[in-house]
Amino acid sequence: MDKVLFLFLRRMRAPLLVLITAYSISITGLVLIPGIDDQGQPWRMDFFHAFYFVSYMATTIGFGEIPHAFSEGQRMWTVATIYLSVIAWLYAIGKILALVQDPTFRLAVSRQAFDRSIRRLRAPFFIVCGYGDTGSLLVQALLRRRKRVVVIDRDQERINDLALSAMDFRVPGLCADASSAARLESAGLSNPFCQGVVALTNHDQVNLKIAITVKLLNPDLPVICRAESRDTERNMRSFGTDQVINPFAIFGERLALALHSPGHHLLHQWLSSVPGNDLPMPLYPPHGTWILCGFGRFGKAVHAALHREGVTTVIVEEDPERAGCAGECIRGRGTEADTLEEAGVHSAAGIVAGTDRDSNNLSILMTAHELNPKLFMVARQNRDDNGALFEAGHPHLVVRHSEILAETVLAQLTSPLLPRFLAEAQDRDEDWVNELLSRISAVTDERVPAVWSVELNPGTAPAWLERLRQETLSLGQLLTHPVDRDQQIRCVALLVQRAGSGEILLAPSDDTPLEPGDRILFSGQPGAIARLFRVLRNPHVLDFLLTGTDRPQGWLWRRWGSRSA
Amino acid sequence: MNFEKVLFGFFIILALTLNFGFVLGEIDNPAHHNAYELFAAIVVNLIATVMKFGDRTHTGALLLATSLVAILQLIAAAVVWGYALNISATGVNPMLMASIVSLAAGAVVANVISVVLLIADAVNLRR
Repeated sequence: MDKVLFLFLRRMRAPLLVLITAYSISITGLVLIPGIDDQGQPWRMDFFHAFYFVSYMATTIGFGEIPHAFSEGQRMWTVATIYLSVIAWLYAIGKILALVQDPTFRLAVSRQAFDRSIRRLRAPFFIVCGYGDTGSLLVQALLRRRKRVVVIDRDQERINDLALSAMDFRVPGLCADASSAARLESAGLSNPFCQGVVALTNHDQVNLKIAITVKLLNPDLPVICRAESRDTERNMRSFGTDQVINPFAIFGERLALALHSPGHHLLHQWLSSVPGNDLPMPLYPPHGTWILCGFGRFGKAVHAALHREGVTTVIVEEDPERAGCAGECIRGRGTEADTLEEAGVHSAAGIVAGTDRDSNNLSILMTAHELNPKLFMVARQNRDDNGALFEAGHPHLVVRHSEILAETVLAQLTSPLLPRFLAEAQDRDEDWVNELLSRISAVTDERVPAVWSVELNPGTAPAWLERLRQETLSLGQLLTHPVDRDQQIRCVALLVQRAGSGEILLAPSDDTPLEPGDRILFSGQPGAIARLFRVLRNPHVLDFLLTGTDRPQGWLWRRWGSRSA
Repeated sequence: MNFEKVLFGFFIILALTLNFGFVLGEIDNPAHHNAYELFAAIVVNLIATVMKFGDRTHTGALLLATSLVAILQLIAAAVVWGYALNISATGVNPMLMASIVSLAAGAVVANVISVVLLIADAVNLRR
């Protein structure tokens, strides 16, 4: 039962016993001591009057001597009981105040409030462990998509931040070690509404422990983990972690994609950025020699990606022995002109400032730009609050691993069809991609489009399925605007996945027939989502969409309409 | 021997004995039932209840529940008595006395259960 209540009762035992004793002594004395009534007859107080008198006397309210004026003996006893009972009350109140300020008690109270808010959560939610730069980006993006979130972080300050930031929904936050199974459990791990767990803490070991805990306690729950070393990544995958995200590796792959085919890279960027931001510009990284400053986890991932694309690289590293690239690199930080000149900055095509210090990265950028203004510059930004500095440096590409993480997790959580689509799209040629890009840009108004998926099941599309029994309906009909039939809803269907065969259709045309159980991935304006669902749900809107006439809706008007027709 | 256990057992058993002593006698005869005894029973029952606070075991919860029942019954009896003495036009008549005593008798049952639980707990304690 309630831990708080038990803690309270246990601590209140002594003060309550003191109060009961003080009251019973006072009452007994008053009942026993004889008094004299108005007529001069001997009189004794009964228990009712004694209790009444002590109640107002002990709380220092003091109504006077009731029902008759007291005898001297009664007054003497009253003096004693005043001090007894007032001290008893002071003691009890002091204990209560001390209890309320007690850290253990406050912890129990906040835990209980957290548990209650989890129990009351009657909507699907995600558990996010770690509320740093990435965590806060992810939580905001999820809330914007009307998903509920529960946050666990070790740092009380971050939990306070969470409570202070203005959000559409209240986000329950727990200050605790997320790698503890009990804490994950209280955050709703076994709650039927829990949709998944995201482990984003800074420590690979903690993320690993979270993944193991989730997979043991609730094996069906998807868990997405951040991992920054290959070892941990392999370890996590070995027991079935649904998605392991290594931000550096992801960036390396993206850079390779941009080198390989700018169109594919742009499609990737558009569909996976945070919706509502400015639409990213296409990127044309040059083929030629690249200089890599810093050969840590980031540098290694970029090096591997560039190497796969057949790009030659020159590595600049301050401590080659530790980084494991001794003998084949130039020793130095890259912040000085002579090191960069030694690396051939004048003839190089691109430079990657990838050390783990923002000041060094900025310095590399500025020095390199001075030496060779035509360089293609990629900078790694480590801390979120340095964003303005990096923007002022005008590199062609800024890598923020918190953003990459948040985008990837978001895509996994909200539109699981998207990674499938992007993987399939890699096999298509440049022309196919360019055509799709122009279709998407036609509906988005220079903003990153929203991406969502729809499954044609009785829950989401009752009207559509009902209609589908009578005739075949196509994708083009679904996308017709519910108000103006000559227009289309401003979105593009990226992919249709058939229910039975699992067959995948990329960028389906308007005359593609839709069948029950199909899953469709859309991209377009956020406003289109509501319109689309209205068509799927509301039989009258659908009817108007297909026939172009506003049919009478009520029973009476339907009768009337059929008679006049 | 644990002094805390002695005190605990003492108050629980005293609550029963005092309560029983008050109930003893003809049910509707005011001369057989003393107000001081009822007062003592209430005070001791209150103390016994507070001593049971904060025990998270199953037996502890049951013990607390029986005490709460007893206290409720005894306070109801005291309220009826106060009403009979000060508000009712008839004073303490046999009918009101009978209801006071029967309420207190209910409390005896709860106290008996409480003592039985206490004994069962002690017997189960293997050393």
